[in-house]
Amino acid sequence: MKLYPTIGLEIHAELLTESKVFCTCSAQFGGEPNSRCCPVCSGLPGTLPVLNRKAVEYIIKAGYIMNCEISRFTKWDRKNYFYPDLPKAYQISQMPRPVCLGGHVDIVSEGEEKTIRINRIHLEEDAGKLVHDDTERVSLADYNRCGIPLIEIVTEPDFHSAADVVAFFEKIRLMLQYAGVCDGKLEQGSMRCDVNISLAEKGSDKLGTRTEVKNLNSTRAIQRAIEYEIYRQTELIENGERVIQETLHFNDATGETSSLRSKEDAHDYRYFPDPDIPPIVFTEEELEAIRADIPEMPQARRERYINEYKISPADAAVLTDTKQISDFFEDTIKVYNNPKPIATFIVVELMRRINLGELDMDNMPFTAADFARLIELAETGKISKDNRKVILREMADSGKSPDTVADEQDLWIKEDNELLEKTVNDVLAANPKAVEQYRSGETKVFGFLMGQCNKILRGAASPAAVKEMLEAKLKGI
Amino acid sequence: MNLKEQTLDTLRGLLDTKKISAPELCGEYIKRIKEINPEVLGYITVTEDEAMKSAEQAQKLIDSGEAKPLTGIPLAIKDNICTDGIKTTCASKMLEDFVPPYDACVIEKLKAEGYVILGKTSMDEFAMGGSTQTSTFAKTKNPYDLTRVPGGSSGGSAAVVSAGIAPAALGSDTGGSIRQPSSFCGVTGIKPTYGRVSRYGLIAFASSLDQIGPIANSARDCGTLLNVIAGKDSRDATSSTKPAEDFNAKIGQSIEGMKIALPKEFYSDSTDDEVKTSVLAAAKKYEEMGAQLVDCSISSLKYAVAAYYLVSSAEAASNLSRFDGIKYGLRGEGRTFDEMIRDSRTRGFGDEVKRRILLGNYALSSGYYDAYYLKALALKQQIIKEYDEVFQKADIILTPTAPTVAYKIGEQETDPVKMYLADICTVTVNIASLPAISTTCGYSANNMPIGMSLIGRKFDEATLIQAADAFEAGFEKRPNNI
Repeated sequence: MKLYPTIGLEIHAELLTESKVFCTCSAQFGGEPNSRCCPVCSGLPGTLPVLNRKAVEYIIKAGYIMNCEISRFTKWDRKNYFYPDLPKAYQISQMPRPVCLGGHVDIVSEGEEKTIRINRIHLEEDAGKLVHDDTERVSLADYNRCGIPLIEIVTEPDFHSAADVVAFFEKIRLMLQYAGVCDGKLEQGSMRCDVNISLAEKGSDKLGTRTEVKNLNSTRAIQRAIEYEIYRQTELIENGERVIQETLHFNDATGETSSLRSKEDAHDYRYFPDPDIPPIVFTEEELEAIRADIPEMPQARRERYINEYKISPADAAVLTDTKQISDFFEDTIKVYNNPKPIATFIVVELMRRINLGELDMDNMPFTAADFARLIELAETGKISKDNRKVILREMADSGKSPDTVADEQDLWIKEDNELLEKTVNDVLAANPKAVEQYRSGETKVFGFLMGQCNKILRGAASPAAVKEMLEAKLKGI
Repeated sequence: MNLKEQTLDTLRGLLDTKKISAPELCGEYIKRIKEINPEVLGYITVTEDEAMKSAEQAQKLIDSGEAKPLTGIPLAIKDNICTDGIKTTCASKMLEDFVPPYDACVIEKLKAEGYVILGKTSMDEFAMGGSTQTSTFAKTKNPYDLTRVPGGSSGGSAAVVSAGIAPAALGSDTGGSIRQPSSFCGVTGIKPTYGRVSRYGLIAFASSLDQIGPIANSARDCGTLLNVIAGKDSRDATSSTKPAEDFNAKIGQSIEGMKIALPKEFYSDSTDDEVKTSVLAAAKKYEEMGAQLVDCSISSLKYAVAAYYLVSSAEAASNLSRFDGIKYGLRGEGRTFDEMIRDSRTRGFGDEVKRRILLGNYALSSGYYDAYYLKALALKQQIIKEYDEVFQKADIILTPTAPTVAYKIGEQETDPVKMYLADICTVTVNIASLPAISTTCGYSANNMPIGMSLIGRKFDEATLIQAADAFEAGFEKRPNNI
């Protein structure tokens, strides 16, 4: 018996609006506990929610990039349940008339192209956070997150492996970032994923009993939770036991899932239309204006880089896989329009420093204009290519402009033949053995001699000039 | 100074001509409140200090010639309207010590006028009821007969106006809560069109039906107050963008040719004969003034109470969920969240509130939603349609405000269904979002006031005030003996 997993997702993504979805409080992450809330989002009696139209605009963008149908008429409902992090004891959400219905996203998973269908995307408000203090035996509520706009993306059960899910999650995360809809910062909880998973015999038209793993907030957790659930459910079924329909929590430390509540304990949320928020009717013009405002998506950018800039597909992929990198590249070529060497230097050197933790894209010490200037200096022979790295490091440390660094460290290429000739002569004089070897046919020592010259010159002459002078001296004299 | 039956116009005149100062006027009311309120129990909180302070400020405005229509005018506010720094209890143990950190929109508007707050008036707990006897703190009595109820839920606001311990008051109306107590206490009250007045700061009972409105000694005074409190508020998405208007502008215009509809279902056997006779006599008066009476029918009236109790209880069940003892209000005990929330709500809410929460949650439960809540919404559409049809052929509708006059305390409160059925004359107006005004049209044999209601087209409060004023002009009121 070969068991085949079927997986569906519910992904919550926080929208990048400046203010919350039903009040004017800041929607920024963090802040002192309860410093970003007001009578409305902390549910004081008599207060009323007023819908932030920006949040509606953002969910429509999310809908368009996932090829959804946008409802011309949409309304809000109350989802009622008691929990201390939910101050009104109901969450404003959408039940029968979500903003977006029926879309699809194409992914590549393990080399195979697949289409994932989207069931719906709706807009709702986030809840607060509870902080449990076990020593004092109290729980404290922080309402800063209350009312941050969330979209919930519900997929059809079109996934059959952890790899499928991760490919999809990463793809929409990137698309949402590009659209400016969600920052995708998983460590701040900007995207959370609930996974529904069941196993059935391959080829069977009936699905098995599903479990739902709640609140996975990293791709690694998603992958591990799915793999663990496939393993756990397989064991159960193969041992003749039944899978129980239940909601599970994934423990990051143990890598295992444990029960939160069973089907019998499921809430009856008593949904009904929220009488405080009038429904919205969109006109074609409004929707068209929002659609026109959606920036270029990663796939389109990648193709543009390959076709227009002749950047290699591998480099184009690296550039577009992070929106900030891609935006930095775009800003750089606006200042110095020479995409290819810029792309290469970003992929090879800038990315390396970011990955080493020496640079942080959120907090760049230098501008794209300075970076553009650095490449320009190398491409126009003002500095050596090797010195790009030296200057970049100093720019990263001090934020100084490349010209200042080149001045201070004397890294300009000089058209100084005397200096070059003297240097070559000195090197040859100091290494008679190598000179001997070269002349007796062991030409590979040439590289060593080049290196010795460059060490002294430190970029003051171009490599071509050094090579020419060295060859002339070795052969001629 | 005699404070009974005082109109805002008279008080404005006295203040503007310096016959009395704002602090003096305020002092007169405070003095009488101290004397009368222990008998009537109209106020939960009397805000003497606040009142005197605002009266002094108001006097400065009057002295500098900057007085507005309500500058220095003392008013009473129903205790479900949030007042910054002043306890707002909803007459519930749950909010016994709740002091809002903000003013309701209507309070901001009154403050901008320089009004004087006398206190917060009693009501049925969370505005659920028609007797004010479910109030935890002040079971208000009817100034015409202290053994009778003042009506409700705005019974405190109606009683303090009737007893002359406030010249006017704000109430709220979800299914008749301004009109029915106005009728029982012999005063005038208007429920504005839904959306006319911002609900921001009104502690919600049923959000799709709630509306704040004035209770006063005349239709004109209601208009004067409505002029101040109406208007779009960015904090209430359901508030209307209709531009401001003078609701008293049509007062004095002839009502000749006005078409007044009398829907037959409102004059059925379930309405007391005394009430029917009195309202029909008022209809006759209108006819004499040149109005044209039109027969009509609102046949879905028989389903209206059921539809109303389903919708209002469903919304209430959700609206009142926030009272969980975590953030404010009564905090219960327990070892877990669930236990603590349960204990808070068990102790904080009275029986009627609990009954509505149960009813509402039942109607919203999965498996019952279609049969109850959706059915009620369908009835709402039917009621709206029938009113639309009536307004094709009539300008206003005349009905009794309640099937009876004020009943004895303890007579009806034990039978919730009987209490609910008594709302038959008022609830359709809220369901259809219409404006309606209630004014006294007669007295029963035992000298209790009888009220009639005029229902208008959406946003046509001005015609209601015009017609009610036309009747009041020729009607001799019998003051109570308080």
